[in-house]
Amino acid sequence: MLRSLSLFLFLSVFWLLLSGMPLPFLLAAGVGSALAVVWFAHRLDVIDHEGHPAHLVWHAMLSYWPWLLKEIAVSGWQVTRVVLDPRLPISPTLVRMRPSQTTDVGLVTHANSITLTPGTISLEVGSDEFLVHALTRDGAAGVQRGGAMDLRVRALESRPEKAG
Amino acid sequence: MSLELLRDLASWACLLAGGGFCLVGGIGLLRMPDFYTRMHAASVTDTLGAGLILLGLLLQAGFTLIGAKLLMVGLLIFFASPTASHVLARAAMIHGLAPQLADSAEDASSKP
Repeated sequence: MLRSLSLFLFLSVFWLLLSGMPLPFLLAAGVGSALAVVWFAHRLDVIDHEGHPAHLVWHAMLSYWPWLLKEIAVSGWQVTRVVLDPRLPISPTLVRMRPSQTTDVGLVTHANSITLTPGTISLEVGSDEFLVHALTRDGAAGVQRGGAMDLRVRALESRPEKAG
Repeated sequence: MSLELLRDLASWACLLAGGGFCLVGGIGLLRMPDFYTRMHAASVTDTLGAGLILLGLLLQAGFTLIGAKLLMVGLLIFFASPTASHVLARAAMIHGLAPQLADSAEDASSKP
């Protein structure tokens, strides 16, 4: 129930920001649409810790995303230097790793974070193994169980889940 | 120096740097030898390139509705772009496109 309410509030704010016109008709249409979507989502049974992981939002925004943005900037700069280097010093490498996450949200976050940082792409994603393509050997070395990203996503997903 | 000018300078710096990274992505796309390495080059464009351009525009928009919408565009890219990249790379992998690797073939295929 709490999760449905949170989804409703999120959708209403989303509508308000996109519309930006607080006319009575549009506000009513927004509330109606948000209610309809919550009802559909309820019928589809997707309002759960996976479909609407509201319990992760604050920790993700304040702790994980800033770190991830820094990682993106650093590895983006490294790839830029490789691209602009006349010798094009690449050493493409495939690397397999065992992620330490246990939830689907955690695994997806980890795999997406790997792909989002330039220089590494997750090719295959499973609960027991990731196959990652890296542009350089150094980049591949950063992808490993117990690495910085692995530990941070593990910390993120293991936030206590409130009943909802 | 007025605050307005300072904001314009920061905004322009972000826009120019973002444009530069987009260019780098394009150059990399041409220079890299195979599909997978080209994807790495392209990811510079949709992370640093798009990100810095959005940041530059955000500085111009300030705390307005436009700014909120720019943030939403950023969030959309943040979630959708890695998913699309993964699907593309995985499709290539499934259809048997083998990546060119630096190390010898048996070294790469052996599981640790």
